[in-house]
Amino acid sequence: MKKYLYAAMLGLAFSAIGVEAFAGSATSIVVQSTTSTKNSGFYDHLLPIFTKETGIQVHVVAVGTGAAVRNAMNCDGDVLLVHSRAREEAFIREGYAPRRYDLMYNDFVLIGPGSDPAGIGGQKDIALALRQIARTSATFVSRGDDSGTHIKELELWRSAQTDPSQHSGDWYREAGTGMGATINIAVGLGGYTLTDRATWINFANKSDFTILSEGDEALFNPYGIMRVSAQKCPSAKIEEAQIFIDWLISDKGQKLIASYKTDGKSLFFTYPK
Amino acid sequence: MSIFQEALSTAFLLILQRDADLMEIIGLSMQVSLTALFIACVLGLPLGALMGSREFRFKQSLRGIFNALMGVPPVVVGLIVYLNLSRSGLFGALELLYTPTAMIIAQVILILPIIAALSSQILEDLHEEYRDLFSSLVVPPHKALLAYIIDARYSLLTIILAGFGRAISEVGAVMIVGGNIDHLTRVMTTAIALETSKGELALALALGIILLLLALLVNFAAQQFKSFQTVQRYGGGR
Repeated sequence: MKKYLYAAMLGLAFSAIGVEAFAGSATSIVVQSTTSTKNSGFYDHLLPIFTKETGIQVHVVAVGTGAAVRNAMNCDGDVLLVHSRAREEAFIREGYAPRRYDLMYNDFVLIGPGSDPAGIGGQKDIALALRQIARTSATFVSRGDDSGTHIKELELWRSAQTDPSQHSGDWYREAGTGMGATINIAVGLGGYTLTDRATWINFANKSDFTILSEGDEALFNPYGIMRVSAQKCPSAKIEEAQIFIDWLISDKGQKLIASYKTDGKSLFFTYPK
Repeated sequence: MSIFQEALSTAFLLILQRDADLMEIIGLSMQVSLTALFIACVLGLPLGALMGSREFRFKQSLRGIFNALMGVPPVVVGLIVYLNLSRSGLFGALELLYTPTAMIIAQVILILPIIAALSSQILEDLHEEYRDLFSSLVVPPHKALLAYIIDARYSLLTIILAGFGRAISEVGAVMIVGGNIDHLTRVMTTAIALETSKGELALALALGIILLLLALLVNFAAQQFKSFQTVQRYGGGR
């Protein structure tokens, strides 16, 4: 009798597991995504409409661009949505994706405390603004996590001919975490940081922080979308992934992206046809 | 209004309204952690009994390993499980990554050492105490083991609660192997991490308060079970 009881309990436990595994394999795709699109509510706006039209569930794993690319190289995603042109091109060059699609763009902004200790308010030239931060040794919080924003930030420091890594731990703080968490740290330390505009607009814990530098051409932030290649990842859901991409870059998808607003501000912009 | 007050009122509002998303997240948290706990007990308690009451080669090394594994950071367990379940990993064909099953596997690995190591210590102490008596009465080993487990059930319950506590509260492992996917693998701790990263600190703290209440509830239920058992045993002082 006791034996049956144990068998029943074990069976129960494993049937729970089995049901879940089955539910996971329904028509669904995994998108390896940058955090900015997730944190800004972009997917909450688009995915319900897409799923309703096509019946395809979209599971979004939001990590930094570097981690998203690595996960996709391990075939742990069907679609890759990131924002680092160099990484995207390397991904294609190594045969992990057949091609890249222009999805949308916005821009990066430099934010800092209202008191603006480095005195850069309104400096449109981002290189000059960064140099000013370095000269006054004002606290700057870097993502430090190999994300698209981090890669862009390092690029901007190079163009400002400044090497902040010498001051790591001093005024240059490498947080090693996501965009929102990094803004939390910057707010806590009263320091400057670089963020994409969408995350900033949606960020709830702004304190007295404001945008101090914006509008430089170097701050352009394009998002690309790709599906993994069938050769590299034979078990990937190629067909569904392509449907998702085609939908996003269709007139309808692009209109939906452009219409997404928070507090009346557009978060992402689409390219003219 | 301070962030604590806001968090408290948000927490109670969420509970009162039975917010559908919240209920789903709580349900998944409990399902994953309780299933992991059950499996870890099925594997860990016999293992603990074995290490506590039998002599075999490498026993001390085995115990040492389990003792050390009690302190492994969840994020390391998450990474190891990720590498194995990844489509390019050893068990990639099972397609378990980013499913609740992956989260259960990670949590079993996390709490199995706690269950096995701590229960072996308790059962060993009992074994020391009763060994001579049982051998003089010629009690067969499996019956002796059963007697130990029954005798030590309250201490074992505490261990099981410790295991549950580690499972329900960890974020590092489930974040990596679950991916914090909305309506699929989002649990309490990953939801808290997400809301924090969005700067929604009050909502994050509210979720933390609810998680705390949940843990209190489970512990309270265990306490009730214990006092109910005690009453049965001693007749409640009648």
